[in-house]
Amino acid sequence: MSASTLILLVLGLGLAGWLVARSRAAMFRNASENRRIASLPVYHAWYAALWIVVPTLLFALIWAPISEQLIIQHVLASPAAADLPAFGMQRETLLSEARNVATGATSGVFNQEAAALVEPFEEALFRYRIVGFIVTLLVAAAGAAYAFLRLKPDFRARTQVERAVLSTLLLASLVAILTTLGILVSLVFETVRFFGMVSPIDFLFGTNWSPDPMSSASNPDGSRYGAIPLFWGTLFIGAIIAMIVAIPLGMMSAIYLNQYAPPRVRTWVKPALEILAGVPTVVYGYFAALTIAPAIRDMALSLGVSNPSSESALAAGLVMGVMIIPFVSSMADDSIAAVPQAMKDGSLAMGATQNETIKRVLVPAALPGIVAGIMLAISRAIGETMIVVMAASFAANLSANPLEAMTTVTVQIVALLTGEGSFDHPATLAAFALGFVLFMVTLVLNIIALRVVKRFREAYE
Amino acid sequence: MVMSETADSPLANQAQKSLESENIETGEPKMRARDVDVYYGSKQAIDGVNIDVYTEFVTAFIGPSGCGKSTFLRALNRMNDTIPSARVTGTIELDGDDIYASGMDVVQLRARVGMVFQKPNPFPKSIYDNIAYGPKIHGLAESKSDLDEVVEKSLRRAGLWEEVKDRLTDSGTALSGGQQQRLCIARAIAVDPEVILMDEPCSALDPIATAKIEELIDELRGRYGIVIVTHSMQQAARVSQRTAFFHLGNLVEYGHTSDIFTNPVEKRTQDYITGRYG
Repeated sequence: MSASTLILLVLGLGLAGWLVARSRAAMFRNASENRRIASLPVYHAWYAALWIVVPTLLFALIWAPISEQLIIQHVLASPAAADLPAFGMQRETLLSEARNVATGATSGVFNQEAAALVEPFEEALFRYRIVGFIVTLLVAAAGAAYAFLRLKPDFRARTQVERAVLSTLLLASLVAILTTLGILVSLVFETVRFFGMVSPIDFLFGTNWSPDPMSSASNPDGSRYGAIPLFWGTLFIGAIIAMIVAIPLGMMSAIYLNQYAPPRVRTWVKPALEILAGVPTVVYGYFAALTIAPAIRDMALSLGVSNPSSESALAAGLVMGVMIIPFVSSMADDSIAAVPQAMKDGSLAMGATQNETIKRVLVPAALPGIVAGIMLAISRAIGETMIVVMAASFAANLSANPLEAMTTVTVQIVALLTGEGSFDHPATLAAFALGFVLFMVTLVLNIIALRVVKRFREAYE
Repeated sequence: MVMSETADSPLANQAQKSLESENIETGEPKMRARDVDVYYGSKQAIDGVNIDVYTEFVTAFIGPSGCGKSTFLRALNRMNDTIPSARVTGTIELDGDDIYASGMDVVQLRARVGMVFQKPNPFPKSIYDNIAYGPKIHGLAESKSDLDEVVEKSLRRAGLWEEVKDRLTDSGTALSGGQQQRLCIARAIAVDPEVILMDEPCSALDPIATAKIEELIDELRGRYGIVIVTHSMQQAARVSQRTAFFHLGNLVEYGHTSDIFTNPVEKRTQDYITGRYG
């Protein structure tokens, strides 16, 4: 009587309820004078099936952890458990070993102490399975009884089923929101721990970043946790170099596709751009690290720069910019397309050329949407990890020279979390503080972008 | 029987009133269309239209929806070019030059033949910039003071100056519908066109705003050739001296407005203006 057979059983019961309820409703219908009942038979069927399946599954969900506890209690209450060590790993090991033998997962015991526990385990498992099975059936029966008692010719099963669909959809969307909140809470929790060890002032305004996971955890040196070089590197790579590439190219491709491209070109180029958005960032990472970075280094050498870095901010930023092009261009494309044709006609009818119309009417009118797109692109760029992990450096430099090695917030998060520091050391906790800052910045950028887009929509509707 | 019914209608009276202004000496037609066909893809929207447009007269295009009058209007300044499937054959001349000839500069043409649309479409810019848009792109103003002058002159001509002179920096879209439409007319005037095409300019406006636009059209007559598409026969009778009746892509009848409304030659015209269909 495993979990999967139980689920199959419940679904089978649900199906049976579905069929019975449907034929019952069909009977109602045939009995009524004008063959009309409040809801179609299929809604009665779903109503009954839901009342059988949902409470049963809810019970199963609750029963699983409860029965586990009951089983352990039963075993511990048996005389054989008196010899168990009181606490710790060994006790757990023995219990789980005995359990594995009892369920048949392993054939023999390794520790003799566990052998005595096998029998009480078998007993408990059997007992609580029977209990679980019976209660499941009872719940299903209760659900079915409730549903069938309510089935009448004038029962509005349709409304009830609609309500069930609505709550399912609501639950689905709640999952995303709750997850976001959960992430935020866990981040905040760890960040607060970090700021208990290192002052936020040192962290936010210090210019020296060299956390040492080997140093004493109890008395960290706040001056080694200055994150300004990371913020600058992130900004420089993601918001400056990448945007210098992405904004003009994205805008121009959007204008071309929207205003000039013949339909046939558009049907090919637009999907191609979208594929660019779908390339895994790790692939961009290879490209940046293996192709672009050495090329930039060679170019710098030939220009007479002495000892240029092979992990330049420029390489990471350029490739990131290319990655961001589709984001900018698709937002710009949408907002230019949203400018009413009447506006364009008005300009053309004044004798403006297409270029003048785009420059002086379409782009200014679409500007809020374009700006929002750029902001979303920036938030995407500064949160981007794989490209910079592969192509940018780990060295925290505060410099405006794009040929120099620079690091970003995301790179340092990776470095800190994959290092050998323990999870209560400030050098590891710093990763959470960095993540928190990143989260807040992208959140604010996204909120601004969404508001701008909303206002823009209102202007034209 | 039907004739006398027509002659007594208010339409006919209005048309009669504008009769005096119809007997003006005319020079050469400003625009001349001969055997014009317009196609959208393989569908023919306009079939063999011949028409003359004079600066001295307001010409009205009337006809039921879908009869091709707007399509033909848009053919007069090649706005149909923006529709990829549209194709025009025959000749349309502006001062004797074929506007569909390969040497014709569409940008120049549209500066000479301006257009006002059905729905007011001011740019989301200030009132001043809306008017200054055309003069700027065509380089008509040398200096800021020139531009100020053009803006004021255009707004005055469109009868909007007194209403907006204190708020030229406000957005053009903040004006009322009627003001927006006069702003669009002022914008068209600002590039000093020779002909202004109006595509149902009052269909989105209330009666008072409509009356203002009609008054304006009458004032502009003589300075600019005006062609107006309208669904309102009263409007055609009030503002125009020449009326063209379109039906199913054909120009059924074209002549003096008073004749069209009091003494139509064609049965279809008669039916339309007496409200049998359309």
